[in-house]
Amino acid sequence: MFDLLGVPPQVLFGQLLLGLINGSFYALLSLGLAVIFGMLNVINFAHGALYMIGAFVAWLLLTKLGLGYWWALGLSPLIVGLLGVVLEKTMLSRLYKLDHLYGLLLTFGLALIMEGAFRHFYGVSGQPYPIPDALKGGQNLGFMFLPNYRGWVVVASLVVCFGTWFAIERTRLGAYLRAATENPVLVQAFGINVPVMITATYGFGVALAGLAGVLAAPIYQVSPLMGSNLIIVVFAVVVIGGMGSILGAIVTGLGLGLLEGLTKVFYPEASNIVVFVVMAIVLLIKPAGLFGRER
Amino acid sequence: MLKTLLCGTALLALTAGAAHAQVSNNVIKIGVMNDRSGIYADLAGEGSAIAARLAAEEFGGKIAGAPIEIVVADHQNKADIAANTAREWIDAGNVDVIADVPNSAAALAVQGITKDKKRIFLMSGPGSTDLSGKSCSPYGFHWTYDNYAMAAGTARALVEQGKKNWYFITADYAFGHSLEEETSKMVKQLDGKVAGNVRHPLGTADFSSYLLQAQASKADVIGLANAGGDATNAVKQASEFGITQSGQSLAGLLLFISDIHALGLQASQGLLLTTGFYWDADEQTREWTKKFEAKAGRKPTMVQAGVYSAVRHYLKAVEAVGSDDPDKVAAKMRETPVADMFTKNGKIAANGRMFHDMYLAQVKTPAESKAPWDYYKIVKTIPAEQAFLDPAKSGCTLVK
Repeated sequence: MFDLLGVPPQVLFGQLLLGLINGSFYALLSLGLAVIFGMLNVINFAHGALYMIGAFVAWLLLTKLGLGYWWALGLSPLIVGLLGVVLEKTMLSRLYKLDHLYGLLLTFGLALIMEGAFRHFYGVSGQPYPIPDALKGGQNLGFMFLPNYRGWVVVASLVVCFGTWFAIERTRLGAYLRAATENPVLVQAFGINVPVMITATYGFGVALAGLAGVLAAPIYQVSPLMGSNLIIVVFAVVVIGGMGSILGAIVTGLGLGLLEGLTKVFYPEASNIVVFVVMAIVLLIKPAGLFGRER
Repeated sequence: MLKTLLCGTALLALTAGAAHAQVSNNVIKIGVMNDRSGIYADLAGEGSAIAARLAAEEFGGKIAGAPIEIVVADHQNKADIAANTAREWIDAGNVDVIADVPNSAAALAVQGITKDKKRIFLMSGPGSTDLSGKSCSPYGFHWTYDNYAMAAGTARALVEQGKKNWYFITADYAFGHSLEEETSKMVKQLDGKVAGNVRHPLGTADFSSYLLQAQASKADVIGLANAGGDATNAVKQASEFGITQSGQSLAGLLLFISDIHALGLQASQGLLLTTGFYWDADEQTREWTKKFEAKAGRKPTMVQAGVYSAVRHYLKAVEAVGSDDPDKVAAKMRETPVADMFTKNGKIAANGRMFHDMYLAQVKTPAESKAPWDYYKIVKTIPAEQAFLDPAKSGCTLVK
């Protein structure tokens, strides 16, 4: 067997696959952020907290109502999405005319409130959420043991990411959305209800976060802190990909997941900063991000 | 008007002070400092403050007429915040004693300050053996557990079962390094060997890649030299990746009952662990737990029970000496045996280490557990002399 810089290939392949799994989480979360920023020009700092709420809703459905994983997969994004609609209608919609900073501050405050509330009621250690029976066990791939559930996460998030990209870039509805962000007044003049469309977009973006939360629940402890652990990395992904670029968010999310996986093999201590090193380099060379357009 | 009022208060304070000249500022002020919002908030946090209050209540809330006051602070697991809080408490807040301080990095910072400023420091949360070793202090008391005790309990039990080849997944800061080092030493001393290690940042969510590396090492035992949320995520994901099914054992080197509660028995059953306290050990612990649970809404961890025991021992010494003078109180604490619901036969050694029996426990299966929080089977009691490092070998300069 050949070794690559002292690392046996089965370890390397294993890490790359794990990187892909983490990358699909990054992709799913940064996709929601990119959609919201692209359409609403709001930097949604509450994204991590809404991801956490997605996981908690799944846990509450299971423990309080006895509704299992597959129910949660549908219901939890719906509930988080509705919460998003309420937030947009009552608060965010007042800020569109102001600087980006106000949206960021508002959503940051909301995130702290949501996290604090869950921490107060459920503590920080987290709650256990079992892997659904249909996805228990795993496959021996020769170079590693792949739990079925992780395989499912990759497939599910790739399908959702591609579906979202297709809907926005290739359908008529997506065309309206993109047009409305370029020139809302003109689009409204054509008889399209722009404010409703914007509300729906925000709801959809945070529903993606809720979905990521449900997908994450069986892997991580369902804990109030789970969102804040992830959100900073996800923001870095969006910045590297180019703010508002859908494709950029997906490709960068997966790519950085892989890069992080490699770092964990060669120099594990740096695994939590490698993303930011890349961010700094990208910002120096291409300030609009890899897939962003200069405005 | 304000002036007269101020004068009046000052005069009052003076006369009151004269009556109890022995207690500084006429108040015994206990500062409970720990992580109140991060990953260690459930194993210490407000629960430790509740435990300190329970100890104060046993003295009727005052000693020699001086009220016992308890203040709390969140150090957010940052050594600089811990150091600043300790300085502020001592210089401006008249705090007489600092208690708990989980997170060894924070505790080492506070130990330095309390040593300089001559204040008593009761450590329940931190694990680094340096706190009663090369960084020991005449005013520092290391109470509940330490990394040596964890290694001595869990590692010895596993190596004696023939599981001699170890791999470590270690939290990358003072505590994790120390826990790994102590355990490695113990494993090697018993003719075992260490196949390798990997270090992860504090507060990691995804352990899969570390677990995969551990799996590839083919070691008999994967030692988790981390704590709190890090340990629970690692255990949960180890069961997902079929680590234990494939014949490797998982050793949580520092697991608290709050972690087992968070994991659920399904994911944690069969784990061996060492603990300084179990709520269901005997009649006395159950009785105290009832009082604690009424206020905290959950069972105490060993850290919280240790805060109670340490604060109670401190207050007993203050009562016996009739003063809160740190030198006198520290001397009294050292010469008095510790006997309460936490330990029956505790003794404080010259290096500040409180010697008491530890337990080796195994996590019950869901079928064995009869009630909520019925989690541990006590496999054996580890006598104090075996549980803790010989003070003469600790590297502490106070030991002659």
